[in-house]
Amino acid sequence: MKETIGVLALQGGFREHGAHLRQCGIEPVYVKDPDDLAPCRGLIIPGGESSCLRRLMKGFALDSAIIDAVHSRQMRVWGTCAGAILCADEIIGETPCLSLIEASVERNLFGAQLASFTEDTAIPGVCDTPERFVFIRAPGIRRVWGKTRVLHVTRDIITAAENDDVLITSFHPELSSSLSFHRYFASKCGVSIQNSPDQTWAPTSWMTLG
Amino acid sequence: MNERYEINVNLAQMLKGGVIMDVVNAEQAKIAQEAGAVAVMALERVPADIRKEGGVARMSDPALIREIKAAVSIPVMAKARIGHFVEAQILEALDIDYIDESEVLTMADEDNHIDKHQFKIPFVCGARDLGEACRRIQEGAAMIRTKGEAGTGDVVEAVRHMRTMNREIAQLCALTDAEVYRFSKDHGISFELAFKIRELKRLPVVNFAAGGIATPADAALMMQLGCDGIFVGSGIFKSGNPAKRARAIVLATAHYNDPKLLADVSANLGQPMVGINCDHLIEDDRLAKRGI
Repeated sequence: MKETIGVLALQGGFREHGAHLRQCGIEPVYVKDPDDLAPCRGLIIPGGESSCLRRLMKGFALDSAIIDAVHSRQMRVWGTCAGAILCADEIIGETPCLSLIEASVERNLFGAQLASFTEDTAIPGVCDTPERFVFIRAPGIRRVWGKTRVLHVTRDIITAAENDDVLITSFHPELSSSLSFHRYFASKCGVSIQNSPDQTWAPTSWMTLG
Repeated sequence: MNERYEINVNLAQMLKGGVIMDVVNAEQAKIAQEAGAVAVMALERVPADIRKEGGVARMSDPALIREIKAAVSIPVMAKARIGHFVEAQILEALDIDYIDESEVLTMADEDNHIDKHQFKIPFVCGARDLGEACRRIQEGAAMIRTKGEAGTGDVVEAVRHMRTMNREIAQLCALTDAEVYRFSKDHGISFELAFKIRELKRLPVVNFAAGGIATPADAALMMQLGCDGIFVGSGIFKSGNPAKRARAIVLATAHYNDPKLLADVSANLGQPMVGINCDHLIEDDRLAKRGI
């Protein structure tokens, strides 16, 4: 079985992540139930609605299967936006979901849709030149502790952090042409990437791919 | 495409594969969120009651919308009348997440829709065919839904609208460059947008199903027809066991290709909304013909 990266495909922007992985030469697995996790060295939990994703995961014991894969075989996990909320040890005002990273996350910390924005920024270790990141009703990371390292701060709020197994970002690298975070996560997973220069990215890429 | 519009289209991507539920108070909003809704539509009356009670249907009381917004952490949408740009300004000032310029409410302008480019907030609009969808997108809508026939619990019109959309996109895709101009003219849309849709083989924004969805099977049917997500209006809170039905429709929308699961979630849901057969609607009672 070829090892690859999975994308949780219950709700939200999973096809965008799939399209980005393909651009890195990785054929993604769309994960809908626990068996789909088998070939996954890593799992991306996409943006969507965290309260919806949480219930859909619980319904099929996917949450416990994910936690188990992280603890038993070091499956790596990357949560973007709603996914970051689900990964955190602490969710302000709610019970935690997967508890995979020592971080405290607050939902909608940047405000409602009118407060959504984009940021062009370089993130040392991930991208050396500025790339565009999209914040949509974005959560923020209030604080981190233990083994968690801060990767990026936006407007005085932590918006990217990681430990050895888990990466969380408040923003959506899958909604812009940026591939840095997908490459970064692939190397975290030990999955090899290939650049396929024949493919170009457009905001509508998710529509035409699988 | 300006940046604000792009962000608004992106918000809609995050709703994909999800269910947006009509609610009339904070308590229902909490039930919807608990069941796994990706957003709620704040209303004073669900479409089934608007139909029954008649009279002029307007934007909801801002106090009610605020109350619902305070009760949940998921996005909140609210409806403005077609062409009523001041209702839209008020809704934008309430800092909600989405405005539905809706045929379910009484029309405020029979000739013009809201110029949605003048707003920062995203809009969703109903459409029965490709032409209507494209005109709404040209006016600035960041999301499209089928019109269906709201408040009936009869899915037939939503199916008709989605089938029409798919058929017209397939027809457009089969055309040569030279033929796209005539197609655009016939459908009352810009040829730039027509070329774009031919390239993408779909609408350039998400397209949800709405209008008459009442069961998990209805939701899965619309998803299998190619919709990106589901609006359920009267179907949930006019049924016997709203919490259970809401949850079942959420599961059916996520797992729309899994008939075994659909069988499980469809069992023992209690009484569905009674509904009105669309065949028995007199022409004047059809909401979908408002705002073309």
